Amino acid sequence: MIRKALWLSATSVFLTLFTPAGHAEDRVVNVFNWSDYIDSSVIEDFTKQTGIKVVYDTFDSNEILETKLLAGGSGYDVVVPSGNFLARQIQAGVFQKLDKSKLPNISNMWDVISERTAKYDPGNEYSVNYMWGTVGIGYNVKKVQAALGTDKIDSWDVFFNPESLAKLKDCGVYVLDSPADIIPAALKYVGLDPNSTSPDDIAKAEEALMKVRPFIRKFHSSEYINALANGDICLAIGFSGDVFQARNRAQEAKQGVEIGYSVPKEGAQIWFDQMAIPADAPHVAEAHEFINYMMKPEVIAKSSNFVLYANGNKASQQFVDKAILDDPSIYPDEATVQKLYTVQPYDPKAQRVITRTWTKIVTGQ
Amino acid sequence: MSNIAVADAAAPSTAKPFLTRLGAGFVNRLVIIVPYLWLLFFFLIPFVIVFKISLSQTAIAMPPYTPVLDFSDGVSGFFAGFRDLNFDNYVWLTQDALYFKAYVTSVIIAAISTVLTLIVGYPIAYGMSRAPATIRPTLLMLVILPFWTSFLIRVYAWIGILKPEGLLNQLLLSLHIINQPLVILNTYTAIFIGIVYSYLPFMVLPLYSSLEKMDYSLIEAAKDLGCPPTAAFWKITFPLSLPGVIAGCLLVFIPAVGEFVIPDLLGGSQTLMIGKTLWNEFFANRDWPVSSAVAVILLLLLTVPIMLFQQAQARAQEQGK
Repeated sequence: MIRKALWLSATSVFLTLFTPAGHAEDRVVNVFNWSDYIDSSVIEDFTKQTGIKVVYDTFDSNEILETKLLAGGSGYDVVVPSGNFLARQIQAGVFQKLDKSKLPNISNMWDVISERTAKYDPGNEYSVNYMWGTVGIGYNVKKVQAALGTDKIDSWDVFFNPESLAKLKDCGVYVLDSPADIIPAALKYVGLDPNSTSPDDIAKAEEALMKVRPFIRKFHSSEYINALANGDICLAIGFSGDVFQARNRAQEAKQGVEIGYSVPKEGAQIWFDQMAIPADAPHVAEAHEFINYMMKPEVIAKSSNFVLYANGNKASQQFVDKAILDDPSIYPDEATVQKLYTVQPYDPKAQRVITRTWTKIVTGQ
Repeated sequence: MSNIAVADAAAPSTAKPFLTRLGAGFVNRLVIIVPYLWLLFFFLIPFVIVFKISLSQTAIAMPPYTPVLDFSDGVSGFFAGFRDLNFDNYVWLTQDALYFKAYVTSVIIAAISTVLTLIVGYPIAYGMSRAPATIRPTLLMLVILPFWTSFLIRVYAWIGILKPEGLLNQLLLSLHIINQPLVILNTYTAIFIGIVYSYLPFMVLPLYSSLEKMDYSLIEAAKDLGCPPTAAFWKITFPLSLPGVIAGCLLVFIPAVGEFVIPDLLGGSQTLMIGKTLWNEFFANRDWPVSSAVAVILLLLLTVPIMLFQQAQARAQEQGK
């Protein structure tokens, strides 16, 4: 669900690691994951330990991944779609069931997360969690302080209240161009079920969004990382990890830009990126070895420490940096977790209504 | 750039007598068949596939649409399929004003951009064609040079130039031409700038190739006979460069109508263009049938007027003779 970096990376940046392709007997695994989503030393270590070469390729949107998978013959062995996309892809017959006997490390997984991912993948038969996070509010601390007189954001009100957002209009507001992430938040704000697809409810969400539409500069799913980091905008509705990335880039740039992230108290969406094996994967055994390796506590902890996302591996938490584990915006506390909601995939009919509504909102007409 | 080649091919070929002596209809036909094969494999067959998908319905499957007119039930099944053909997706396109708006906006944006590109490109091409022959190859090289950098990176660079704290605003502010940063990024202006910049070479090259072939003694003759320079330009230079103007305009207009990247990066969210609509239907909605229908209509929208135009041209030429 995180759309990282420039979307040009989606047009296939092949990172062939180690030995150039050659010997037919070489064991290979083709991995297709989100951009900026792994510590590359993890891949190097995997190859050292198993002798399996990793062809690591990246994408930056679920839509791109899904289109490749639905067209068939993608050639990938391990892919990492988000929960609601995974659910539909399972229905379409894209994936094969995991052979759990080849995944002994599955005992390390965190039941709190597995219970929730089972909503998308009943019994977790097709997938295991890689990382998870929230959809919340990223903001430029100083600019928000200047405009609103406070730098404490803890509610959707700052965004859905037209009076408050109007004050932020001039310094810039970006929103994810993703109806499945924003419409549920609007539903939640107006006190409805975030999973509702009834046209009446959707109309209410539309109304709430249309009220603040004049103050939104742009709907885009990845530009806000740079825009936040450069101080070009003051508020963005986006994915947790993307905002943390903006925060880190801003710190590196040392231009005095300070970025905050908030999980609104009314509740926010929790999403899961799941590792799965396509039905037509050419290297099934290697794919299982790769997934099993990624479930080793110290390995996945290393990735979490690098990409700043929480993972669904309970045993890994002793290896995760204390600063990350104690950061409530990454690993929210129990009370917040209770308020996080998941979003189910839309059926084709609801999808059409939602997309049409979304086009109206985005184009403002 | 194939249009340049076509324009050149229209000129009488000097190789012809030789080939005729060689005995050849056969050779000629062989040469002609290559572009036809090319069109067959890379245009007609893909088009038929897209058209076929546009007649199907979405499904949660791989690929995500119901099969239409396939041979899984044998040949009779294939022909039986014709009876069940339905054009629901095309009906859907007419029922929702969104698509009509998107087509119209795209055509208007493309048309304005084409005119702007022509206005910017013509003086450049004219200057190049009148430059000393020794430096022309260098000038030509300079026009092509931007192609050596990725198109995406060049469009991205415009974000850095046009944004509120960008280079352009900083320059204008420091020169005290403006006191408030101009809002250009995420507006239609930014789209026009992006399209004119990106497609300029496609306009300049055909213009240059037709202007370069022009015989400038015609202008001298006009001058000698007392024609002022402006009138000479409109009466002689411009009509003679018309094939270049047409080729250049088509090369800019056609891709600009379906442009996706420039409006996505430089335009605001309010820009409704058909390329973006198509992307949404295909990726966000997984509605391959409807997006195929959008693509088919887009193609008809572009090719039909161009074919009519070419016919009219051909007729005008025949009458001219």
